[in-house]
Amino acid sequence: MALPTLVTEHWYDLRDLSNLSREILEGADKILPHGIVYVLAALIGFVASFLIFVLPSQLIVGVYGERKLIGRMQSRYGPNRVGPFGLLQPIADAIKLMQKEALTPKGADRAVMYLAPIIFVAPAVLLFAVIPFGPKMILADINPALLYFLAVSSLPVLAAFMAGWSANNKYSLFGAMRIVAMSISYEVPLVLALLGVVLFTGTTSLQEMVLWQKHFDIWIVFLQPLALAIYFIAVSAELNRTPTDIAEAESEIVAGYLTEYSGMKWGLFYGMDIGYALAASAFAATVFLGGWSMFGLDKWVPPWMIIIGKTHLFYFVFIWTRGTLPRLRIDQLMAFAWKFMLPVALLNLVLVATERMLWVEQELDDSYLYIFAVVNIWAALGAIWAWSRFLGYRPERNPVRARLVNEAGGYVPVPEAAKGGK
Amino acid sequence: MYEFGHIGILVIIALVFPLGAVVTSWALRFVRIRPNPASNSVMEDTYECGLRTEGPSLVQFNFRFYYIALLFVLFDVEIIFLFPWALVFDKIGWQGYVEGLGFIGILCLGILYAWRKRALEWR
Repeated sequence: MALPTLVTEHWYDLRDLSNLSREILEGADKILPHGIVYVLAALIGFVASFLIFVLPSQLIVGVYGERKLIGRMQSRYGPNRVGPFGLLQPIADAIKLMQKEALTPKGADRAVMYLAPIIFVAPAVLLFAVIPFGPKMILADINPALLYFLAVSSLPVLAAFMAGWSANNKYSLFGAMRIVAMSISYEVPLVLALLGVVLFTGTTSLQEMVLWQKHFDIWIVFLQPLALAIYFIAVSAELNRTPTDIAEAESEIVAGYLTEYSGMKWGLFYGMDIGYALAASAFAATVFLGGWSMFGLDKWVPPWMIIIGKTHLFYFVFIWTRGTLPRLRIDQLMAFAWKFMLPVALLNLVLVATERMLWVEQELDDSYLYIFAVVNIWAALGAIWAWSRFLGYRPERNPVRARLVNEAGGYVPVPEAAKGGK
Repeated sequence: MYEFGHIGILVIIALVFPLGAVVTSWALRFVRIRPNPASNSVMEDTYECGLRTEGPSLVQFNFRFYYIALLFVLFDVEIIFLFPWALVFDKIGWQGYVEGLGFIGILCLGILYAWRKRALEWR
């Protein structure tokens, strides 16, 4: 597919920041050798994506916003001391972590213990290379971008296992075993859900997926809501976020694989957990929510603003589930991955394959996409309902939760006798 | 290859960035803004809720993890075979579609067998 000409090519047109970087690189090409310009191009892409997206999102949305929102959900204030509204809290945290003493326990494998946070951080930086921020704003527009993303995003599990194994602590080892077991369990439905998207769009390039969604003016979330549901649950398990964070469950195994970590080594793990969540949100926004396209709105609003907005919206759902859902047990999580998610993901794949085959072989026109969307939304609801019934989940008639007085039958005045007489 | 080179440069940046953080944290030891007590046995001890750790820390773990790993290898390899199928889907016609479904059917048989053998339960 050809790139649509969305915007002008003046360097001051902020709707497409690649114009600015092109001007700089063309200017540099006249005075510098070609190899240095090539390195400069990568550096500019890295600095730009980090300055406009990763760093602000990570500090404001990831550290500050998450704590503030969870504070609101739990009826407390959250950070409100450092700076206006507590906005400088992330910076204070960073300074504190930076100058804190990093202990290494006796008997720990020092080299592996120092190596683990570094290996944990590196893939998080690499993940943002393939996310398209605009028609031309992409650091590395490689063809197998989806496979690249899947491959790189499975690396931190290795680092987490190294962290847990090297610390010479039983809690760490348990956490490491759990994170590996959970990640590999949820990897299977995750990849199957994304396989459906690849099958329907016929490409593994993220930029072409966005262009596909722009061309047909329909987001993949409407065509495959089941895939997004599976992706969301699986990725939240792989990221170790709260409804599924058995690898660092405080009430069971102190802090899991991070038990023996302190100072900046711990800070890198903490910071990059947020980085991975942001990368997963950006990926979901690209694959399922149309990326930088927004039904023609991307002609006027900068496309990079649209994808940042979508990413933050998706990240908010992560925070929301974290604030509301209780932690699951490990056996429940494993059973959920293999008994619920995997069959449903296979069903989604078969359904999508059938529709794609009908669409291609019968040469249906584009309006059939809307019929597919309606069918798939109902199929998603039906599949979730039927499969959970099959597995023995029955919705409760009488709620077990504590009810308000009004719901339980209104306010009942205390009898005079119980008050202790006159 | 032009685009992959950018990723290669990014790998170097991605390794320098955390290395810099760790080295800075280590270097702050020498500017004396925090107390640096000599390491003692309490500080270096393995964390265990206030008790001494008993026995070796690299203990045996549940063999249930082995089943999970085996199932993962099985399914992941099969999914790798499904990716090329998905990419050439438009050209293979109904015959290729049915063959792909047969492959997914074998996948389903595999999970049914594992389910039947109670390999999916965490006992």
